[in-house]
Amino acid sequence: MKKAILMNKDDNVATVLKSVKKGEIIAVISTDNKVIKNIEARKEIATGHKIAVNSIGEGETVVKYGESIGTATDRIDQGTHVHIHNVRSKVKYGD
Amino acid sequence: MHFNGYQREKGRAGIRNHVIVLPTVGCINELASEIASRVREAIPLLHNHACIRLGPDLSRARRTLIGIGTNPNIHSVLLVGLGCESITAEELAEEILPYKPVKAVTIKKEGNYNSALEKGVAILRKLVRRASEVERKKCDIADLTIGIKCGGSGSVSAIASNPATGQAADLLVEKGGRVIFSETAELIGAEHVLARRAVDKKVREKLLNCVDRMKREIADYGVDILGSEPTKGNIAGGLTTIEEKSLGAIIKGGNSPLVGVLEYGEKPSSPGLYFMDGTTQASQLFLGMFAAGAQIQVFSFGGGLPARFRGLPSYPCGIPVFPVIKVLGNPEDVEEREYFDIYAGDIISGKISVKEVGKSIFDEFIRVASGKMTITESRTGYRELLQIYANGLLM
Repeated sequence: MKKAILMNKDDNVATVLKSVKKGEIIAVISTDNKVIKNIEARKEIATGHKIAVNSIGEGETVVKYGESIGTATDRIDQGTHVHIHNVRSKVKYGD
Repeated sequence: MHFNGYQREKGRAGIRNHVIVLPTVGCINELASEIASRVREAIPLLHNHACIRLGPDLSRARRTLIGIGTNPNIHSVLLVGLGCESITAEELAEEILPYKPVKAVTIKKEGNYNSALEKGVAILRKLVRRASEVERKKCDIADLTIGIKCGGSGSVSAIASNPATGQAADLLVEKGGRVIFSETAELIGAEHVLARRAVDKKVREKLLNCVDRMKREIADYGVDILGSEPTKGNIAGGLTTIEEKSLGAIIKGGNSPLVGVLEYGEKPSSPGLYFMDGTTQASQLFLGMFAAGAQIQVFSFGGGLPARFRGLPSYPCGIPVFPVIKVLGNPEDVEEREYFDIYAGDIISGKISVKEVGKSIFDEFIRVASGKMTITESRTGYRELLQIYANGLLM
């Protein structure tokens, strides 16, 4: 079974270690290689890209490394590809 | 632990023993190149400095030229000047002299081009013969300073090449060495994480000030940095936002306490891990690291199309005064592994641990420091001008 790595236990996205097809079941693993759960990919996802391990509501924080990597601009269901089409940076420039 | 290096009159030991011809200003690159071309094993380090620089950029160029000359990988320096430039051969020679042999020729003093050429060649021949007599001796590994940069970043960088590089960095810091990483734009969104490791309030504030300044400059520019940070290539590799890229990028520096924040080209004053306030552009940053006294540069590579460019880095400091150890992280680029010094892609497939690859990078530090040629060093041919970083108004 192909794997996606969860960098921190608090993350809601995992990184796919080998590209997966739509409908494929993926093992979400921890950084010490323990299987946390299995999820189904809702779409094809390329190596190094992110998959939602839980559902994330619109406006909620996308968490990786236990830190915010941005805001969900849409509802993101479990198993969805998480990328620039549904996440925006939270960084504010200027005052 | 030890490596076999070249002990210098002052400062830390070098891992190479080059004689360089260093122009004081880019206007005179051609003469410097001509002098070097007539002397065996002399290396011209041609660069982009011109009198168009002002204030902080002029100071940065001065610090960089002094840093190049004083770097331990350099046995001796021939400065080549015009005589009317903003940074003079005399002032550079004065700064370099305590560390190593340094001589200067200028067109002003010699009267014309041909006299400067003849005198330069004569001096340089003496210097290379002196250099040829220096032998490698046992040196403490604490003498090493390593510069670290990442490139070709994708999400796998943060799982393979960056943590393995960080592990090697931690091992060197444990042994009393110095490690410098940089790329201020790639702290945005991760600065709070690195700031937690600052040794004191002063270091923490200096770090956060670098990021605040960069964010203000971006705001003043009034542009969206998406497409530059992260780049299109980073996005193709799975990186979504600058926060995600930065959180993955800081892993390459390891987990040691952050002991200081340096200006571009500034030398670390004591052992440990440092952040340099600098650009993400590889050739400019490599030069800043070299000027700060680093003897080896690690290029922690994710993958993607840049990994397929076998001449990478075609940057000047990669050849040959500043050995670059290239680490490849993405198993999808495995066919390129022979063009990298270290392959970290097996971490992704679970065949090897981050710790094991980190140890092999650390072992490579010692081998390269003792004379082993890196892949980049084994190449000849194409060279670029050294690019001294500027971020202000150029006249």
